[in-house]
Formats: sequence, structure tokens, C-alpha cells
Amino acid sequence: MRIVVAMRQLADLVEELEVNDEGTDIDREFVKFVSNEWDEAALEEALTLKDELGATVTVVALDEPDVDQTLYAALAKGADRVVKLTGNDPDTWVRSRERAQRLASFLAGESFDLLLTGVQAADDLDGQLAGILGSLLEVPHAAVVVGVEGSDSKVRVIQEMGGGLLGVSELDLPAVLGIQAAKQTPRYAPISRIRQAMQTGEISEHEVELSDASAQVKVRRLYPPESTGAGATMLKGSPKEVAAEIIEIIKSKGLV
Amino acid sequence: MPVGGNKQAAGVTELAEAIVTSPLSGREWDVSGGSSRMLHSRVLTDYSASGFAKIAALEGGNSLEYCFGCGKCVPVCPVDLVSEYGPRKIHRAVQTGLDLFKSDELWKCTTCGNCLRVCPKEVNMIEVMPAVREVAMVEGTIPDELQQIMEKTFRYGNALGENPRRRPAWTKGAGVDVRVLASDPSPVDVLFYVEDYWSFHPRGQQAAQAFARIMTSLNVDFAILGAEEKTLGDSQRLAGEKGLFEALMEEVIDVLAKYQFNRIVTPDPHGFNALKKVYPKYGHTFEALHYSQLLAPLLEQIDFQGSLEATVTFHDPCYLGRHNGEYEAPRKIIEAIPGVKLLEMGRCRENSYCCGGGGGGMWLDGFNANHLSERLSERRVREAAATGADILAVACPYEVSRFEDAAKSTGNEGLRVMDIAEMVDIAMRGEDWRS
Repeated sequence: MRIVVAMRQLADLVEELEVNDEGTDIDREFVKFVSNEWDEAALEEALTLKDELGATVTVVALDEPDVDQTLYAALAKGADRVVKLTGNDPDTWVRSRERAQRLASFLAGESFDLLLTGVQAADDLDGQLAGILGSLLEVPHAAVVVGVEGSDSKVRVIQEMGGGLLGVSELDLPAVLGIQAAKQTPRYAPISRIRQAMQTGEISEHEVELSDASAQVKVRRLYPPESTGAGATMLKGSPKEVAAEIIEIIKSKGLV
Repeated sequence: MPVGGNKQAAGVTELAEAIVTSPLSGREWDVSGGSSRMLHSRVLTDYSASGFAKIAALEGGNSLEYCFGCGKCVPVCPVDLVSEYGPRKIHRAVQTGLDLFKSDELWKCTTCGNCLRVCPKEVNMIEVMPAVREVAMVEGTIPDELQQIMEKTFRYGNALGENPRRRPAWTKGAGVDVRVLASDPSPVDVLFYVEDYWSFHPRGQQAAQAFARIMTSLNVDFAILGAEEKTLGDSQRLAGEKGLFEALMEEVIDVLAKYQFNRIVTPDPHGFNALKKVYPKYGHTFEALHYSQLLAPLLEQIDFQGSLEATVTFHDPCYLGRHNGEYEAPRKIIEAIPGVKLLEMGRCRENSYCCGGGGGGMWLDGFNANHLSERLSERRVREAAATGADILAVACPYEVSRFEDAAKSTGNEGLRVMDIAEMVDIAMRGEDWRS
């Protein structure tokens, strides 16, 4: 089985994020970037499938800040090949449609059975990436996947539905899956292995020229949620007093 | 293994009936079920040495099989008091088939070093455990909570996963100027290496502020690295992440090379241990001092405005005392504070009990909850409370939070846990520690 995992970089949420002067993006200067946690789950699911069935795992990502560290970590965890797609401006916000177009442009020249990516990201909570990719590549797509069982021509996927239900579907390959969770916690890449990958591993680069850049979503305004006036009640006092008050509230709501 | 709050009785098989007859007097002794076991040859064929081969092949791993089973290590092992542990037991388990690389037993050792102190064969678990853990990590066995700490340390340079740029935030509340070398790189006498818990933990920050005030009043020329500081990562090394330790060391050395200083002073015995014992092995030699060693000779210069009026007991940090032989400096400081009476716990100095935070234990609380009848810090707090002391004094940044939590969970909330720097600062400024 040939598996491709699409990963992306996001501003690290330990940072105090600020909106830039134009009001169209976060201020990216001095901000640390990390890989999207749902993409990490997608990578783990791919590596689990590799362990179970034997597969080649290719990780692909756009040129975004600190992406090399993510790709080297993927190699250290067991990915067979990592690819960086260049051609985008690393310091701007790539929206889901453009991201999908860039990935699809690369995947057009790749043969793959399964394309996995995180079901969502902090800057794409609608979970559009996997869906757009499925459409552009004209292959079946499933979202909010929490388990994948594969064979050579088909996969069985378990999806999280509303109301605490799980659904099981079968998809013909190739297919695109938006991963909500892997079967196990993403594995650990010992630092010695990451450093080894940095010394001996290779990130192949692939330039993508977008032919149709006109049909992109433009951000008109980015802003923190405006206060509606009905804010939270802040409890005041010593930790002990606050704790006692919390217990009272929980009791009064009949929760305990 | 879960032991439900009690130690398990030793499982000894005795002969049901045994009579010993004296060849001289003909007198008979009934030793049924008693010490008769001693009179039979012991079965020594129920194990193989093969389990040791993989461990002995590791750098630092060969001493485990030196064990000849005397068992001196077991009663001094802090983990054995709340579980079933100790090098002799680990040795025997490996002999009889335990795969240490995959076993939960691997993560319980705090590398406190009390076993090595008493071992006649010098079985060195402080080298064995990290070596085996390193391989286990590569093979994919690492407790989840420890994995998160390693990832945070690699990403942010601190175990708490805090934003590295907030490292000097504690200086704002110090009430004195704290020089950050990046903004004023002129040569300095003391490089104050704050380390993680004094930089980021709220209770640690209070101690850091107290220490900065003390150094200022003593006219010590000091500065910090601020946002450029990264943890020295000694506990991460002992938890098995030597690669992470080495990666951190390269970055630390690059930063230190930018500045001129005479000595490094750190409150963290773990960082102190790294600078004193591990860095030189890689060719990096600095004059490193624990903050107690800087303060002890200067204390007579302090003009104490008040008196503490308290009885105090002191917990020796494993990596200051047992690992680096410093028992006197913190005691000199405590005894120099006006109005302090020092009461020693039964386990102190060389035989001090471990708080449970070393060797990765700091980050294995959830894991250990499934294995220990109580936290080591809780056991230690009971010992401290039993002395009748008002204050449990500590000299390691891990301990204020560990022992404060333990004091609450064991119903010893009356016992105050304070860093020795906080105690000096309070007496120096004539404040009341009770307020």
C-alpha cells in the first residue's frame, strides 16, 4: 500500500497570538510554528498501517515555518520519504482551497492508495482540506475518521458521527481520509533519531506553480471575538475560598 | 505492582517439618518452617544469565549482573518502601525472565543513588536505568506523560512547555534589577542559571525573586540569560533521553560562549549535577555552584532585620547531597537565620529519603499512581511532620510544589514548605513567615 500523509504547520498556541496591522492574518513575526496535531494523528495512523500491512509512507507539506523539523521528525518516526512543496510564500496564511490545489498538483504525479490528513486544524476548523482534496483528485473521501483497516483494494473506516455514534464505511482505493484520531497516541521520536534524520535524511523539494490563483478565498477581516457583555463570572478570593465556591456551584447545579 | 497501601509479605517457602540432630550431644532441634531453609543447599539453577546480555551490552549497563544478592540496597530504596523494588529485586527478576526493556519496572527508579551508596558490588543503577530507558524509547516504550515532557523540552527548551520568551517574566516581581545578558552583555561574576521550575512555576518564581534580592543585598554581581536560557536537561537524560540532553547541551554551550562570566550558580541540583559531572565528560568545564554554596560563605554579611522564630527540618536533595556530597552548605544557611531551630529527620544526609522527582519521576505522577501505595513526597512529608517542625526547608526547585501538594494530600497542611532562599529573604527583610 502506498500512503501519502499531508501535514501543515500552524502557529503554536503557547504564543500570545495577535492580529496583524492589516487585520487580515495573525502577526507571524516572532511566532513559533508547530505541526497540526490532527496531522500528527494522520501520520500515526499511516505508520500503524505500515506496521500492520507493510506500506510506504510519504509525508508531504507546504513550505511553512519550521516545516523541516516536522519532516525530519516524520522520518525519525518511520516515514519513508518526505517532500516539501515550494512555490508558496512561507510567511502568509495559505487557505484550505489553495493548500488543496498545491497538494493535488503534486499528487497528480504520484501514485497513491491512501491520502491521509488531519480532519481539521486551528486555522481550518471547518475541516475542508480533506474534502476539497477528494474533489480535486476525484477519489472517495471520508471525514472524522478514528480508525482505518486496510487491504490492497479497499479500506474500512470508522467515523465519529454525531450523538456519540460511530459509523463504519468501506471505500474503494485510492481514497482521501480526514483523520480525527489514530488508534494509538502518536509515537515518540527519540531526539537522537531526529538528529540522525537531520544529518542523513533527505527532504526532497518539489516546486508547485498554481495556474489558477484567482479563485481563492480572501480574508476580509480577522479579529478576536467581540464581547457580548454577558461575560463569565470571575470568582475572587484565596484558592481555598474559590474552591469552596466552585463546590457550592457544582452542588447547586445538582452535578454531584 | 499495586499494593493497596501495604507492603506485601515476603513469599518464603519453608519445609513443613525439619529436625536437626546434633552429632555431639544427640540433641534434636525442631526447626520446622523456621530457619531450616538455611540448612539445605539452595536451588541455583532456576534462572539463566541470558536476560543480562542485552543490558550488559549497553554503555553503563554491565554492572547489573555484578549483583550477588546481598540485598543491602532494598531497605534503602525509597521506592521499595511504597512498592516492591530495589536493584536486588530487579536483578532477580531479570534472572528469572523479566524483560526490563518492556517492563513498567524500568520507569520507577528515581536514580536517587542510595542503593549505590551501600552496594558492595557497585551495581550502578544511575547508569543502568538511563541506558536501558534509552533503548526502550527507541523501541517505542515510553510512558505517555513522559513522552509529552520530552517533546515539550525539545520544542521549548523547558519541561513545562512554557513559552521560552516568558522565561525572565519572574524578574518583574523581584523588586530589584536583574540584568539579562542579551541586553547588557558586559562581563559578569555570577551567571545565575535559573532553570525551569524557578523560571516558570509560580512557587519557584517566588524563590527566584527571593534569591535575586539576597544576591543584590550582598552586592553579588550577577546576571541571567533570560529567554536564551534552556534547561540543562539532566533529569531528561536520566529518564533516558541522552539525545535530547546532548542537543540541549550544544545549544547551551553556544549561548554560554557569547558571554564572559566567572561561575555558574543554579538553584537546581539536577542542573548543578549536569554542569559538575556530565558536561566535563563532553569537554565543557565551568565553575559550577549550587546556590547554597554561593550563599553559605556570605551569610555573615547579611544584616537580618528580623527573626524567623520557627523550628525547621531540612530535606537533602539527592542530587546535591548523595550525588555531589554537599550536606553542609544548606544547613549552614538555615542555622545562620536568626530564630531557627533545625530538627533533623531520621532519614537525612547520606541516607536522606528521595522526594520522588528525580530521574523523570517528576513527570510520572499518573504512571506511578498505578504502581506505588503512596507518593514518595507524601511519605517524606509524613517524616517531616513527625519531627514537629513548623517548616520543611528545601533546596531544590522540584520540591516546593511536590511537598506542598503532599502536605495537603496527607493532611499536614500546617507544615509550611519553603525554599531556603525564601527563609533567608523573609528574615533579612524582617517579615513574618506566617503571613
